[in-house]
Amino acid sequence: MSDLFDILLSVSFWAAAIRIASPLIFATMGELICERAGVLNLGIEGIMVIGAFAGWMAVYLGAPLWLGVTAAMAAGMLFGLLHATLTVPFGLSQHVVGLGVTMLATATSYFVYRLALPEVTSPPKITPFAPMDLPVLSDIPFLGPVLFQQTALTWAALICAGLVGFVLFRTPLGLAVRAAGENPAAVEAQGLSVTGLRMGAVVVGSGLMAVGGSFLTLSAFSSFFFEMVNGRGWICIALVVFGAWRPGKAVLGALLFAAFDALQIRLQQTPLGAHLPYQVFLMAPYLLSILALILMSRRAEVPAALMVPYRKGER
Amino acid sequence: MSDPRDLVMRLDRITKRFGALTANDAISLTLRRGEVVALLGENGAGKTTLMNILFGHYVADDGRVEVFGEPLPPGNPRAALAAGVGMVHQHFTLADNLTVLDNIRLGTESLFSRGASRATARARVEALSRDFGLAVHPDARVGSLTVGERQRVEILKALYRNARILILDEPTAVLTPQEAEALFATLRRAIAQGLSILFISHKLHEVMAIADRCVVLRHGKVVGEVATAETSGAELAAMMVGGEIALPEARPATAGKVLMRLDGVTTPDKGAAPGLKRVTLDLRAGEIVGLAGVSGNGQAALADLISGLILPGSGSVSMDGPLARWSPREAIRQGIARIPEDRHKTGTIADFTLTENAVLEGYWQTGFSKAGLMDWRAAESFAEGIIAAYDVRCPGPAARIRLLSGGNMQKLILGRVLEPGPKIILANQPVRGLDVGAIAYVQSRLIAARDGGAAVLLISEDLDEIMGLADVIHVMSEGRLSPGFARGSKTAAELGLWMAGQGFDHAA
Repeated sequence: MSDLFDILLSVSFWAAAIRIASPLIFATMGELICERAGVLNLGIEGIMVIGAFAGWMAVYLGAPLWLGVTAAMAAGMLFGLLHATLTVPFGLSQHVVGLGVTMLATATSYFVYRLALPEVTSPPKITPFAPMDLPVLSDIPFLGPVLFQQTALTWAALICAGLVGFVLFRTPLGLAVRAAGENPAAVEAQGLSVTGLRMGAVVVGSGLMAVGGSFLTLSAFSSFFFEMVNGRGWICIALVVFGAWRPGKAVLGALLFAAFDALQIRLQQTPLGAHLPYQVFLMAPYLLSILALILMSRRAEVPAALMVPYRKGER
Repeated sequence: MSDPRDLVMRLDRITKRFGALTANDAISLTLRRGEVVALLGENGAGKTTLMNILFGHYVADDGRVEVFGEPLPPGNPRAALAAGVGMVHQHFTLADNLTVLDNIRLGTESLFSRGASRATARARVEALSRDFGLAVHPDARVGSLTVGERQRVEILKALYRNARILILDEPTAVLTPQEAEALFATLRRAIAQGLSILFISHKLHEVMAIADRCVVLRHGKVVGEVATAETSGAELAAMMVGGEIALPEARPATAGKVLMRLDGVTTPDKGAAPGLKRVTLDLRAGEIVGLAGVSGNGQAALADLISGLILPGSGSVSMDGPLARWSPREAIRQGIARIPEDRHKTGTIADFTLTENAVLEGYWQTGFSKAGLMDWRAAESFAEGIIAAYDVRCPGPAARIRLLSGGNMQKLILGRVLEPGPKIILANQPVRGLDVGAIAYVQSRLIAARDGGAAVLLISEDLDEIMGLADVIHVMSEGRLSPGFARGSKTAAELGLWMAGQGFDHAA
């Protein structure tokens, strides 16, 4: 028990939780935008892979880090455009298209990686984003190292969440996007284009997912390797539900999941870790997330037109 | 009235085809300032298609629309809104999870602007709802509103955009009589402020009450245009259907033996809907029993019980002796024809074909299945038989039933349950939402079944329908059943008192 308290009181645990949450926050915001507009984007897992890859590749080829992030975003938006074209104007099954985009984006990343670097055995490294050391703020005891010694991309994730919340709930554009996910006929009747709104949301959302992926290569680790996204995209889909389609709650969900993850790594090193197989610890964040999901999402209001294709003039 | 400046809208030879069907055939129409024009027609006459063209949801194949002297570009809802045309759709175009205010503001501000302040928008909405008598709370979630309130939001949406022409598509179809009165009061205020109204309906008495002029559509064509003051309901009805309507003539019944008896049956309440309270009822061969009452007073429980969906909590149900077991399938086996209250939700499966829907009740019976396999040939010929015998207008038995109008859907259901020659017919709101022609048809089929020796239980909220058809009338109130009254022995006002719950204390 005292081990648990030691962990919960340590600076490194909280700093790790925020770090682990960052890519999840980006991608969850991306998925949230898509779903608010009425499109379930199961391409998220693959789009995170292509983001991780494109960002890393750009920097590896000599681009500055922020250009790497931009490259990741562009790659994500491209796959988002593919998803949006198939699901919105063509009205195809969002499940099938999403899984297809995930497979295509993942395979494309690995394929291009192998084409570009056929010889390497250990993944080459780049210099990732360094933690920002903000004067004065970083020196605040406890909070300083937890909050103010993170990388710029972590800060971007938190700002991004705030921005998404602001746009969705405080601007006419956000109102239109939300209405497109609730009742597209209402949007049409008010003279707006459902197709435009939904496609825009999917493309922008996919861009954010890819930036989330690029966090892994440009901030968390310094190289790209296979299986590195490792189901984070699927977790983000659950986080959107957990957050009841609200950005603030979704960020809390991401932090909670990340905290569980940071906790299990640390628990493995306690005496308890000697008694239990390490797989139990690996499993813990997922188990706890499922539990939290069940408790939290009971009264969530799903966008009414989520996964319902809109065809103009159809009765 | 003849001043050309008064002309706010003109339709010129509007034509719209869907495949082989010409939904609108060279329709011309004018609307003047401060005028209410009613567009009348049966279901499928092309009313809604015309409105969708006006509002830019559909593009007309031919013809043009002028609003305030300017041609309206086709297929562009935004242009229609900008020109001052506001539409209140039959199926509301509101987002349930958004607030009233958000629904009204949607699309009124440039998407990439910061947006006007909510306070300004709210003040305008509140002013409009005061001026037009449209009481609704701006911060309420639309999902929590009643149907009548939602309609007010739709009208507010149009007024918020400064609509000068209001188009209302069957606005009273979903309203209670009191709500409809409130709507008419709002519309009169709108006319007083110089708005013009195009009112689509097939309810004649409403049209007579509010419209200045009536334009009658039949099979996509304008067949008549008359000033309301110079016509009568009967004349309009004849115009709508193209001839006098032969109202079913009910000859007195010759009641035979009791086919089903409910004796002191009580069933549990289901949420807010009351169950049955010690209900005793006889259904006799060759007799129509009418069940009057305000919706939600136990009619659903009675219908569920007879359909086999619920079991009596206490009391007994007997058909030629007490029932040993009771289930929907057992009900079908015992020869109970069920015409459900909601033909879309429980009567049919929208994306199934006519053939599949035709055998939904009996697919497991010999004749439709052999050794556990479906005999689709038999099923299809059964469906074809119904289509021919019951005059179901449809592309064919392989068409999805979704494509049919309500009347044709009901005819298929009617054929499905009447063809096997049932002993008891449970007709729950059999003519709700149908047009005059279909209503007469369905009612004449029920009378024919009665004359053939079936027992009919007719549940309806429409007292006129009950009084016209039923040989014996019972009234239901809070799950209690009144004694049976013979045809013509009670006036509508007397039955109304029973519906309000009076008289039961002495009778029970």
